[in-house]
Amino acid sequence: MAMKAIDPQYTADTKYALEVRNVDIYYSAFRAVKNCSFGMERNKITALIGPSGCGKSTVLRSLNRMNDLIAGARTEGEVLYRGQNLYDPDIDAVQVRRSIGMVFQKANPFPKSIYDNIAYGPRVNGWKGSKAEMDELVERALRGAALWDEVKDDLKKSGLAISGGQQQRLCIARALAVEPEVILMDEPCSALDPISTLKIEELMFELRQRYSIVIVTHNMQQAARASDNTVFFLMDKEDRAGQIVEYGPTEQIFQSPKDERTEQYISGRFG
Amino acid sequence: MSAEPVNRPSASTGRLPQGEEVKQNVASRQQRGKLWQASLLFSVVVGLSVLLMLAWNIANDAFGGIAVQADVEVETLTDGRPLEDLTQPELVALLEENLRSRVLRNLNREQPLAERDAENLIEVVLLEIVKPEVVATYKLADFLFNRAEIEAQLAEDFPRAELEFKSWVRWDFIVNPMSSNPVYAGVRTALLGTLWLLMLTILIAFPLGLGAAIYLEEYQSDKIFDERTPAGRFFNRVIARSTSIISTNIYNLSGVPSIIYGMLGLAIFVRALENFTSGAMFGVGGDATANGRTIISAALTMSLLVLPVVIISSQEAIKAVPSTLRQASLGLGATKWQTIWKIVLPNALPGILTGTILAISRAIGETAPLIVVGASTFIVTDPTSIFSKFTVLPIQIYNWTSRPQDEFRAIAAAAIIVLLILLLSLNATAILLRNYLRSRRVT
Repeated sequence: MAMKAIDPQYTADTKYALEVRNVDIYYSAFRAVKNCSFGMERNKITALIGPSGCGKSTVLRSLNRMNDLIAGARTEGEVLYRGQNLYDPDIDAVQVRRSIGMVFQKANPFPKSIYDNIAYGPRVNGWKGSKAEMDELVERALRGAALWDEVKDDLKKSGLAISGGQQQRLCIARALAVEPEVILMDEPCSALDPISTLKIEELMFELRQRYSIVIVTHNMQQAARASDNTVFFLMDKEDRAGQIVEYGPTEQIFQSPKDERTEQYISGRFG
Repeated sequence: MSAEPVNRPSASTGRLPQGEEVKQNVASRQQRGKLWQASLLFSVVVGLSVLLMLAWNIANDAFGGIAVQADVEVETLTDGRPLEDLTQPELVALLEENLRSRVLRNLNREQPLAERDAENLIEVVLLEIVKPEVVATYKLADFLFNRAEIEAQLAEDFPRAELEFKSWVRWDFIVNPMSSNPVYAGVRTALLGTLWLLMLTILIAFPLGLGAAIYLEEYQSDKIFDERTPAGRFFNRVIARSTSIISTNIYNLSGVPSIIYGMLGLAIFVRALENFTSGAMFGVGGDATANGRTIISAALTMSLLVLPVVIISSQEAIKAVPSTLRQASLGLGATKWQTIWKIVLPNALPGILTGTILAISRAIGETAPLIVVGASTFIVTDPTSIFSKFTVLPIQIYNWTSRPQDEFRAIAAAAIIVLLILLLSLNATAILLRNYLRSRRVT
């Protein structure tokens, strides 16, 4: 089976790092998300918001084909990355996840040392280089996630022995170590205290300069504070499928929403 | 502590206890809990006392008293000097004086008496002239608490006999091979057979069981062939159907009586594959008389027996690895196999090893399938290869308990102690290994 490669030199004139076109996502016979189209701008933070069960996490997970891991899940439509549909049958999901990283809701460091947590990604992706170069890479990733100063003296410590907020930043550092282009974050702060949350938000602003970020959040203030664009999802009451209600710059969504339902949701009147 | 009704629902039909009632209600609920706790404690005590009775029963047989009577007293032979004080020529003279010429000729043919050292000669004196004989055996309980009665009886029946304490479990018992005289019999052959069987069963059952568990847990839902062609879809469906039949039936397999595995082993490994299991295929046939009733046949049979349990416990251990770790690994661009090898297996290993060792230690006590597969009941040669004839501890115990003499019952109990020590050390290994791997996992 000839495998297609994602062209690293591709420079089509598009402002989107990732673009979703007419995507329907099914869990077996149930359509969880319908008719979904939006773009995620380069070097911007795109927030996906909406009440529980509206399909925003499902959409996020379809962006790097994590839904493939769920038996019976099926995606129709196109997710474009560098001019290539990620759901083309000849594209390997492993290749996709290598360039589109993910940070999960609950911090999930491996039960290994902090150093090995970071080094794991490069190692499985065929990294070649000396021990010193790996040390450098680990440092760069930890600095990138604003964690270096806190853990530089005990890199041998277990990734599970640090605080929850630090663990989540370790997971971000781990994702950075494989040099992805897009980072997907699935409610990364939902299990963290306000101070750790703030740190992660600051970090996202830093990261925006080099990466494109897509974040799912339940927290309205977070979306308003920490994103450039916002996509609002809602469940269709008739067929219970999630769909996009409104999508645009965050400022506009929060200050002058076009749709009545968006306004109700962000002002806290339902959801 | 009385709770005043604060927010009583206006139109409710039932009512919660109030004020004084709360106290009574709580007290009666706690009472019920205490009753259950007491009955649970009772179950524990019953279990524990059964265990203690078992231990006492074994100790009662394996230790105790023996009455030894010699044909000729050493003192009368040597005028009161202990044998150890005699010089080598004196010992030779003693033997030549007391033995018949035919016996002497035989001994000299083995090795001339004059050339033997003192230690060897003392052994010959004891064996050929003194001939100590166990004339009676007593259980530990009798030996300890009925001493006077025993001694009176003994003085009447065997006036020259001496009563002494005897532990049937001793070093000689472990290193001596089987013998028809219970005093000299040991478990060496059976112990070696058990160890061979143990090692081989681990070597066969562990990789097979773990492999099957990984496939069933991680790959079962994978589609190997191309879903876009009709043939690919067909084969994918066949594979999915058969693995799902297997995974639902593993539990049933683990419940099949062991004797049935024995019959299977007899039919397949001993009979059908005799050419292989007797070693003839490789030209190394150990025992001409083994006819496939060899260690390898037994190990293959035992592997079949433990395989379902190994698979189930490995599956449980793999299942217990949080799926968030798998997702984290896959999310970084690791392949499925990299994720299994580097994340899932290291985390599941403690559970897998404990499960496997416990399953195999269970099998080490099995007797029925090995009788069917053809373990030897009387054998004195050590097993030397996987194609040797063999016996194992449970078979040896079974064999000894079916003899009428008291001494055999005593050494059967001693063999049980050896078997139990082996099992306990295996289980201890499992626990230590698990703790070690757990402590290493989170550095």
